[in-house]
Amino acid sequence: MSTPASFANWKLFWKRWGIGLSIAAVVLAVIFYFYARSPRVTEAVLASTLRQSVPLVLGALCGLLGERAAVINIGIEGQMLMAAYVGFMVNVRTGNLLFAVLMGVLTGAVLGALLAFMSVTLKIDQIIGGTVINILAIGLTGYFYQVGLSAQGKLNPIPLGPLAKIPLIGPVLFDNPPITYASIVLVFVVHYVLFHTPWGLRTRAVGEHPRAADTLGINVYLVRYVNVIVGGALAGLAGAYLSLEAVGSFERNMTNGRGFVALAVMIFGKWTPFGAWGAALLFGFATAMQTQLQFAGKLHIPHQFIGMLPYLLTIVVLAGFVGRARPPAADGIPYEKEG
Amino acid sequence: MAEQQNQQSQKGAVRRFLQSIAVPLGAVALALLIGAIIIELSGASAWEAYVALAKGAFGSAEGWRRTLEKTTPLIFSGLAVAFAFKAGLFNIGAQGQLLFGAITAAWVGFAVHGLPPGLHAALALIAGTIAGGLFGAIPGALKTYTGAHEVITTIMLNYIAMGFTDYLANGPLKDRSPGNIIARTPEILPSAKLPTWGWLPFGFILAVLAAVFAWWVLQRTTLGFEIRTVGQNPHAARYAGMKVARTVILTMVISAAFAGIGGAVETQGVVGRYEPGFNANLGFDGITVALLGKTNPFGVIPAAMLLGAMRAGSNVMQFDAHVAQEITDVVQALMLFFVAADQIVRWLLRIRAEEGEKITLSTGWGSQ
Amino acid sequence: MSEETLALEVRNIVKRFPGVLANDHVNFTLRKGEVHALLGENGAGKTTLMNIIYGLYHPDEGEIYINGQKVTIDSPHDAIRLGIGMVHQHFMLVPVFTVAENLILGAEPTKGWTLDLKAAREAVIRLSEQYGLEVDPDAVVEDLPVGVQQRVEILKALYRDAKVLVLDEPTAVLTPQEVEELFVIMRQLKERGVSIIFITHKLKEVLAIADRITVMRRGRVVGTTTPSEVTEQDLATMMVGREVVLQVDKAPAKPGDVVLSVQDLEVEDERGLIAVDGVSLEVREGEILGVAGVQGNGQTELVEAITGLREIRSGKVVLGGHEAPDRNPRYLIEHGMAHIPEDRQKHGLVLSYPIADNLVLCTYYKPPFAKGLQRNEEAIEENAKRLVKEYDVRTPSIFTPARSLSGGNQQKVIVAREFSRPVKLLVANQPTRGLDVGSIEYIHKRIVEMRDQGAAVLLVSAELDEILSLADRIAVMYRGKIVAVVDADKVTRAQLGLLMAGSPAEDVLDKEAVPA
Repeated sequence: MSTPASFANWKLFWKRWGIGLSIAAVVLAVIFYFYARSPRVTEAVLASTLRQSVPLVLGALCGLLGERAAVINIGIEGQMLMAAYVGFMVNVRTGNLLFAVLMGVLTGAVLGALLAFMSVTLKIDQIIGGTVINILAIGLTGYFYQVGLSAQGKLNPIPLGPLAKIPLIGPVLFDNPPITYASIVLVFVVHYVLFHTPWGLRTRAVGEHPRAADTLGINVYLVRYVNVIVGGALAGLAGAYLSLEAVGSFERNMTNGRGFVALAVMIFGKWTPFGAWGAALLFGFATAMQTQLQFAGKLHIPHQFIGMLPYLLTIVVLAGFVGRARPPAADGIPYEKEG
Repeated sequence: MAEQQNQQSQKGAVRRFLQSIAVPLGAVALALLIGAIIIELSGASAWEAYVALAKGAFGSAEGWRRTLEKTTPLIFSGLAVAFAFKAGLFNIGAQGQLLFGAITAAWVGFAVHGLPPGLHAALALIAGTIAGGLFGAIPGALKTYTGAHEVITTIMLNYIAMGFTDYLANGPLKDRSPGNIIARTPEILPSAKLPTWGWLPFGFILAVLAAVFAWWVLQRTTLGFEIRTVGQNPHAARYAGMKVARTVILTMVISAAFAGIGGAVETQGVVGRYEPGFNANLGFDGITVALLGKTNPFGVIPAAMLLGAMRAGSNVMQFDAHVAQEITDVVQALMLFFVAADQIVRWLLRIRAEEGEKITLSTGWGSQ
Repeated sequence: MSEETLALEVRNIVKRFPGVLANDHVNFTLRKGEVHALLGENGAGKTTLMNIIYGLYHPDEGEIYINGQKVTIDSPHDAIRLGIGMVHQHFMLVPVFTVAENLILGAEPTKGWTLDLKAAREAVIRLSEQYGLEVDPDAVVEDLPVGVQQRVEILKALYRDAKVLVLDEPTAVLTPQEVEELFVIMRQLKERGVSIIFITHKLKEVLAIADRITVMRRGRVVGTTTPSEVTEQDLATMMVGREVVLQVDKAPAKPGDVVLSVQDLEVEDERGLIAVDGVSLEVREGEILGVAGVQGNGQTELVEAITGLREIRSGKVVLGGHEAPDRNPRYLIEHGMAHIPEDRQKHGLVLSYPIADNLVLCTYYKPPFAKGLQRNEEAIEENAKRLVKEYDVRTPSIFTPARSLSGGNQQKVIVAREFSRPVKLLVANQPTRGLDVGSIEYIHKRIVEMRDQGAAVLLVSAELDEILSLADRIAVMYRGKIVAVVDADKVTRAQLGLLMAGSPAEDVLDKEAVPA
């Protein structure tokens, strides 16, 4: 009697977590193998993986907050870029890093509001709305960019006491600058909000069946606005990461397509925060390996091909070759109230 | 009676035409106005800047040549976007398709020897067109057979194209001449180059011909009827016995072929070889051009010329009026915003909404 | 009227849509604990009125009173607060959510910041026990049968303490058994003091369940009565405004060779479930085979499979003696199939296209409409002018977009296009749904003409009257199967009703009429 039930449970469990667990197991095995062989390089690659994943995971969280409420945000790239610029300029002017980060986040949120205005209120095609933000960001940051500005310092790593002393794990996980820590915390926060709060339930309802939500007295437009604006703030944090934590200065077009990759990360992660985190780490790893290989020049695979891998993987996932990715049902469709 | 009716319908046609260009014109005017405000706020003179911009773009034969040179790839990428639009497809991959066209044309241009000038150039153009088109078949096929949304796949394919062309220009097709350290191909042979007659680049003529071709296909052929039907109502297309899958792939191929030939023309007519960093944002510029031209192939030409002129004149503007070139990007984004947000322009200019074919592009990403 | 307080009252409601007066000074009252049926044809204004009561539409004029108090209802939020619940014709459930999640959406129990799904589950169980509405709180809604989904909708309203429950065409998608179960539920709700507005256009149901009946026609209230005062015929007359004689003049059929033969056909629906389950049927030249059945018993999938729009899982569709080599609509069209689709705006027309283009939607690639690669505009316009005249399509011009036409004229465009080819087989699915009486008569006449010219006609309709007046033979479809095929003149309306409800054919029919 209980056997088939527990077997079914086990199957369900496997269906849900199996792929993730297998990947995790393989990854861990590989990591330990390489750590045993060359600890320094492994440490460097893993640390770089985490750093590379920060803007991607933040961008993906931005994207999925929007899409869970059925607003496609292809302007993440522009939101990041503009936030990176504003954050940097505020740092140059005030020297206050915390304030600079906040202004970067605010910039992202403002652009989020612009996207929400275009796609929710004006009902412009959302792809076009996002493109407006991208081009606007390239133009404005380019126009106001001044060559030769330099800022005092950037966000520095904060070792977390004894945790940072653990071999391998310590330097990789517990000796990071603040936005990196924040990005990890935010993965958990967004997951909690989406799946364990009324707001999250309403957001998902709005993304799946907005009319149903409307008939229950939920304000569809408000839910969309808030999610897109909060998402914008996260993209802004990603931008601040680039100019205030990773590099410490601003360069033209410094996002270099990360906003689009973040979209891929979101899809790869099947519109879930943890999925996105895993995908971001995978993409970060590919980038880290690319750099490492280019540096070492050992392998005979051209480094460009390793660089292409994340994009290829995204297409593979999107095409449904490995499991079906199902976006929110109302994704991208403007909501029209009746009457 | 009949004559009167005819006159009336002519009047109606003129009015409809004016109405249809009112929104783009209004969008351009508003964008320039806000651009002027930004320039003034940053301490320069907007009037001087715009005068210098116009002078740089149209003030001399040299200016005209530059303008037309900048316009040419914009027409091609605008056509790529506009053509796909008609079938309800959003091709953001013009960038990657253009790179493939460019590097293929470059390869044919430097590697094939002994052909007479006209033939060699034509061969390189055709090779570039086909390369671009085939690259565009990928998102088309992915869309039809798996449901993967072309917006994401074309963006991803852009990066793949960048990586792949970078690899080629750094590896098999690299310019091995002494002194070269960057990733680029050798210069193409003179026989593969496209001429420029005074201020008129040959490529511009090709671009205009391409627009005529696009219009003819869409409006005059049965294939065009299929493409538009699929864009307007794919269910009805299937019901009527049209092969929707074939039409989607074919549309993407033709759309991408426009981008491919654009890359070939740029290589053979302007750059003379394949180099990285080649027109980095053409894909997105194509969206602005296509929408500003109301996704009409003939509308694409003036829209591309406007953007081309801003690009061509921005140097002079920076030099004469001390206004950074990037203001043109700001103005371009504003144009796109106002064209897309046509309600705002309509409300400001009191223009009535027009009835017509509308397409929603962004619905869901993934496989169904 | 007595001084009792009414659960709900609307006075002089007016609602205009562009070109339509949807509600024209409507008055309506609902007593406490009664089932008040709102009866009317499609487009009579019933749903509009209910959407006003539920805050989805805003009335242009008029007042609403709840328990004698005047109220304004600007949004569903207000309606819910005032104790109004609504079960929409198209369910307002989030398909990927569980029953419990759907129940609490918008009024979520929480512990601190966190959703209290345990409380939600308990609420489902408590309510289902209280009202006898059995449902599993953890089931995902999209996996549930339609009847159960409807229960979830009712539970949603009860969870929000609805005192007034609006049921909009709740029986349209239900089997007769499920309808019976729904009526049991309605009686229970009534006993617990819930007042119910029951919207329908089915007369028998009204007489079976309603305490009072209000009939609407063309946006106006025609009258209010009770089941004991009227007969079905009276109600029909009130609804339609004149004696309904949907009798079509037609000579007896002269069946010839078999044109369409369907053998052991199995077809899946979107979710991969069997929708057509081993159907075999034949249609001969010169006859109309009517397929009767409650909506959603596989008719849509059957038609789509026959017309090449849907994959078949197994079995054969043979047209004119040949199995189509590739199951493509174009092949079938070229071999003499004409198709009037169920959803004329989704499948039948490109709404943004001019009428002229819509009239060549299936033949644009052949001469004279194509010359080589190019379209022949002259021939296309010529064709349009001829057909518009011949089929009496009321339009300002052949270049008018199909969107601007009325439903009847849109359907005429489709009929004109489909009938202008040589037709061996006509497949007509709900050809007159939502049309005015004039257009219905016209289209019926054309279909019979088609038959008399020797075409085989497969007519699918949920309207029993349409089937009875047009068909020569009738196939009854129930749960994906053809449960009986009978001659139209050897069967009564009542017998068909029983068959549609799933009663075994051998119990219902006389021995000599038992199917082949």
